[in-house]
Amino acid sequence: MADTASISTSAALARRFWQSSSPAVRLSLLWILAMVAVAAFADWIAPFDYTAMDLRNRLAPPVWMERGSWAHPLGTDDIGRDVLSRVIYSIRLSLFVALLGTLIGAAIGTSIGFLAARFRGWVDDLVTTAIDFQSALPFFILALATLAFLGNNFVIFVAVMGVYGWERYARIVRGMALAAQAQGYAVALRTLGASPARIYAAHILPNIASAIIVNMTLNFPETVLLETSLSFLGIGIQPPMTSLGNMVGFGRDYLLTAWWIAVSPAVVIFLTTLAFSLIGDWLRDRLDPTVKAR
Amino acid sequence: MLSFVLRKGMRAGLTVLLLATFTFFVLRMSGDPAVALVGLEATPEAVEAFRRRWGLDQPLWKQYAIYLQQLLSGDFGKSFVGNRPALEVVAERLPKTLWLMGVTAVVTLAIGIPLGIVAALRRDSWIDRLAIGVSVAGLSLPNFVVGVLLILLFGVALMLLPTTGSETAWHFILPVATMATGDAAVFARFARSAMLDVLNQPFMRTASAKGLDRRGAVLRHAVPNAAIPLVTVFGLYVGRIIVGAVITENVFAWPGVGSLLVLSVETRDLAVVQTIVILVGITMVLTNISIDFAYRWLDPRTAEERTHG
Repeated sequence: MADTASISTSAALARRFWQSSSPAVRLSLLWILAMVAVAAFADWIAPFDYTAMDLRNRLAPPVWMERGSWAHPLGTDDIGRDVLSRVIYSIRLSLFVALLGTLIGAAIGTSIGFLAARFRGWVDDLVTTAIDFQSALPFFILALATLAFLGNNFVIFVAVMGVYGWERYARIVRGMALAAQAQGYAVALRTLGASPARIYAAHILPNIASAIIVNMTLNFPETVLLETSLSFLGIGIQPPMTSLGNMVGFGRDYLLTAWWIAVSPAVVIFLTTLAFSLIGDWLRDRLDPTVKAR
Repeated sequence: MLSFVLRKGMRAGLTVLLLATFTFFVLRMSGDPAVALVGLEATPEAVEAFRRRWGLDQPLWKQYAIYLQQLLSGDFGKSFVGNRPALEVVAERLPKTLWLMGVTAVVTLAIGIPLGIVAALRRDSWIDRLAIGVSVAGLSLPNFVVGVLLILLFGVALMLLPTTGSETAWHFILPVATMATGDAAVFARFARSAMLDVLNQPFMRTASAKGLDRRGAVLRHAVPNAAIPLVTVFGLYVGRIIVGAVITENVFAWPGVGSLLVLSVETRDLAVVQTIVILVGITMVLTNISIDFAYRWLDPRTAEERTHG
């Protein structure tokens, strides 16, 4: 009885949630789903390998232009690689790096926030100072410096993406954990003898998960922007790997003769980050009671 | 007031110190900085000489102390390029970047804030919807995409504007447009919500009750009060415009600090990178301090709360 009631209310909740979304939000969800599908099935969808060269068809224009053909629907680049296939694999890599970065950031920030809330005292002071330090400086510049100092490889690059935004998770989690551990359920668990790790991981974390998830949806598109911007400058993903950003970066040299190399990935970046921020705004308005929609 | 200044000053000093420490240790985490700085092809003797000259044969804490001492005396190390002081290399690029950022900031504020005020006064009109729509797009469109699309439209298709270099006033148009489009919309959005907050305040009703016309009430009472939250936004904007300049300079081959930074990262000219990072840090810290003072000046209530609370 209790179970069926909770199922029907959660179904009703999901329905209300869906109905509260605007057409723009639904289109955004559709676009993101499409991107995720493209990333997941890249090997099946892409007509060519992203490194395969077709040297007789260099700088071929997209299909709707003169000289364009269905062999390369979005044209080819300077060494005859299929732009559509490269965009597809770039979507996969850019989304993968951003997802990894977001998960690492959430894990680091949440752990640090919990540590500050658990130990208070000098640990808390240290964490708060670090949060202030991080938010006082543009992360992009620190990322550039770190990549310059440590040299760039895929692991370091993903680690830098992971550090991005940790301070926002830490600030949110610290505040909410401080509030939560004063509440009845946490006090009761402590009295019953539950270990701090158990209280935080099994009881406080689920209670503040929605705030973390909202922050992740906001952090994800920002990580995409950070990755693509760094890759555009040639300091991010290195060839032969391909990301949406470094496609635009290489395509920039061919704007005069072959604009399609840069424009296709640029449009994908635009639509994807736009879709994410529309969804993020909508989720924040729905899930976070402290923010009122304007 | 004095304790406020002291506290802010200490906080600022701490941030710069942490940043300097960060660059020091990250640089040394990267393996042997002597090899990194002299290059892999250098002879062992050259590496050894370099090590002695830069004190890299000293224990770490001593190196750290020497490093801080050098920073304090304005010695930021030497650039590979011409073996010149890194600070000098950065300084000669600085005017170009400051011009670009200055013009961009003026254009951004001059378009964004009035647009936000008008949007708030005509809530739900087409201009309001346009401002909100463009601001969502502005936040999600990276500068390099805007820049590349502007080059395509005005440089390649219409052939109206120069797309590389910084020689004439015409050269400013595309880079400034690249950075200002999105940010002006973001300012419009914040100005709009700040205005909407203020317009609902009781003192606005009082102003119209005592017979002040709408225009006078908005200009004399609403706008100054709405300025307070905008000051905070401006602090965030300084960070945004610095990052924007780094990317935009590279899109348009603008010979400023941003181009230098990316070039130095690529060639691993670490002294130059370190100098730029510390200068950015100092800029951000000074900005935050100015904002705290502006806040106290604009809204004396926050000062009371802080000294008593």
